[in-house]
Amino acid sequence: MSVLVAPLGIPLVTALLAAAAPRRAGVQHAIGVTGAALLFVAAVRLLLHVHGEGVVAVQMGDWPAPFGITLVADLLSAAMVAVSAAVGLAVAIYACAEPRETIERGSFVCFSHILMLGVCGAFLTGDLFNLYVWFEVMLLASFVLLVASGERSAVTSGVAYVALNLLASAFFLVAVGLLYSQLGSLNLADLRLRLDLPGAREAAGPAAAFLLVAFGIKAGLFPVFFWLPASYPTPAFAVSALFAGLLTKVGVYALLRMFTLLFPDPIGGPLVAVAVATMATGVLAAASQSHVRRILSFHIVSQIGYIVLGLALATSLGVASAIFYTLHHIVTKTNLFLVGGLIARAGGGESLARLGGISARGVGLSLLFAIPALSLAGIPPLSGFFAKLFLIRASLQAEAFVAAGAAVGVGLLTIFSMAKIWNEAFWKAAPEEAPDLRLGRAAVIACAGLCVLTVGIGIGAEVVWELANDAARQLDDPQEYLRAVLGDGS
Amino acid sequence: MSSVILRTAARYMMPLLLLFSVFLLWRGHHEPGGGFAGGLVAATAFVLVAFSEGPAAARRSLPISTWTLIPIGLGLSSVSALLPLLQGLPPLTGLWLPGDKLGTPLLFDAGVYATVLGVVASVLLALMEEETS
Repeated sequence: MSVLVAPLGIPLVTALLAAAAPRRAGVQHAIGVTGAALLFVAAVRLLLHVHGEGVVAVQMGDWPAPFGITLVADLLSAAMVAVSAAVGLAVAIYACAEPRETIERGSFVCFSHILMLGVCGAFLTGDLFNLYVWFEVMLLASFVLLVASGERSAVTSGVAYVALNLLASAFFLVAVGLLYSQLGSLNLADLRLRLDLPGAREAAGPAAAFLLVAFGIKAGLFPVFFWLPASYPTPAFAVSALFAGLLTKVGVYALLRMFTLLFPDPIGGPLVAVAVATMATGVLAAASQSHVRRILSFHIVSQIGYIVLGLALATSLGVASAIFYTLHHIVTKTNLFLVGGLIARAGGGESLARLGGISARGVGLSLLFAIPALSLAGIPPLSGFFAKLFLIRASLQAEAFVAAGAAVGVGLLTIFSMAKIWNEAFWKAAPEEAPDLRLGRAAVIACAGLCVLTVGIGIGAEVVWELANDAARQLDDPQEYLRAVLGDGS
Repeated sequence: MSSVILRTAARYMMPLLLLFSVFLLWRGHHEPGGGFAGGLVAATAFVLVAFSEGPAAARRSLPISTWTLIPIGLGLSSVSALLPLLQGLPPLTGLWLPGDKLGTPLLFDAGVYATVLGVVASVLLALMEEETS
């Protein structure tokens, strides 16, 4: 039982300690890195436990399942928690090299751990309304981080972010209300049983549509992704890396959960179209940008399209590919944002026109950028190659030839964007007044760690693919999930 | 805003409001009330002082800063949530002292009380200070 509670208890206690401790950066970082490391250990323990012994569930307050709130971890949840904790640890280490005042003024350590609490809670809850609460915990923490850690412009872009996310929350709440009024339950496992009764799923169609729109906004799907590139490039690098890695992926997770457990009937064509449109607009918009984090932000949108394509195919292979893609994407994208911070520090800004000559001055930094960038573009043997390969294979198997073609084309354009950053920031002759190359050891360690993970997912692709496949099987046949939550009587 | 009537009334109202807030906290387990409502009422007591004598006086009437109340309250609630783990029970399970009156639910509610008081008083006092400065 403690194996399931620890990933929530640790960030909660860490955030409280950080809030109560003195604001000095040294103390805060000691608390933050320790908490993040413990969370990582707890998350790995949870993953091993679920892998070995199957789905685990705990009933909060000892109230039996449909009445109380359930925490439940299947392989998908456990894997998401594990990879989130890994990037959380990397960001906590990286933050040690951020300017002191960013950390002290904004209470970075406290709110980043509240964010982690919200993320882990969303992955582990087995209750629809509780999922809403965790989303709000995560969003509130992210509002504070966004506004407090950045410059003045962060407040302006924060407004768009807050407005669209509150709109999404309202849609989510409407869906929760509709489902509860129709079916009288909010426990996900119980809802599944009630939706399986004849006629129930047809009647719940509007609720499913509201859920799709709500999580679509939160995941950053076409055409409602505009909040994302508006807000991610403004805050401190550690903050935007945390956002880039985790926030939209919680939306993706919720889509995966809702449309396998509650509404397993394929949505089909429209969702495939949305996924392809998301992939294409994201990558095209990225190609037109000339600011490091803006390029990377639009690429998040494009990658979300890939993941949702896997879900839209509605085959077991497609869902497994989507899970694999998500795990790869969280690591790679966080790393790219962190390395973006190093580039900005080395070159004195993020505008590609003013950067240059980094490859001549910092071979190590060039390597740190090259690994996640090539992985994102899908070059073997890095993680992104296998992620794209599995997804394209799944599309071909489902005879979605247009989507498969789009996935290949978007991959090529991704290479173009990454090459653009490379050419401008690394290869071009250095501008006259290039500042000294001082990166901060903690930041380099964090990026190098994530690079190792990226290469690891690539080399150990078979192991991760097995994991994604098992997770997809659990989603496909929820009997084990239902038994774990509701007991043997179901 | 300095009115003799308001100031005199506030001086009598404040202890009454605080007593009432504790009463709400206490009866909350079985009847309407609880930590959230109690915390709100307690916050209004300090806001009343801030109206009659200024936000600085309201801050003086609290022995600790309003911000510190938030982690203290969250800490109390977290302790009561995690305490059952020590006995091998799921988190948030109610543990009771003999007599079925005192137990972790009351501790949880007390945490909510402190958190709500801290948040509401912090926000309102900060807004009033911005207005007067």
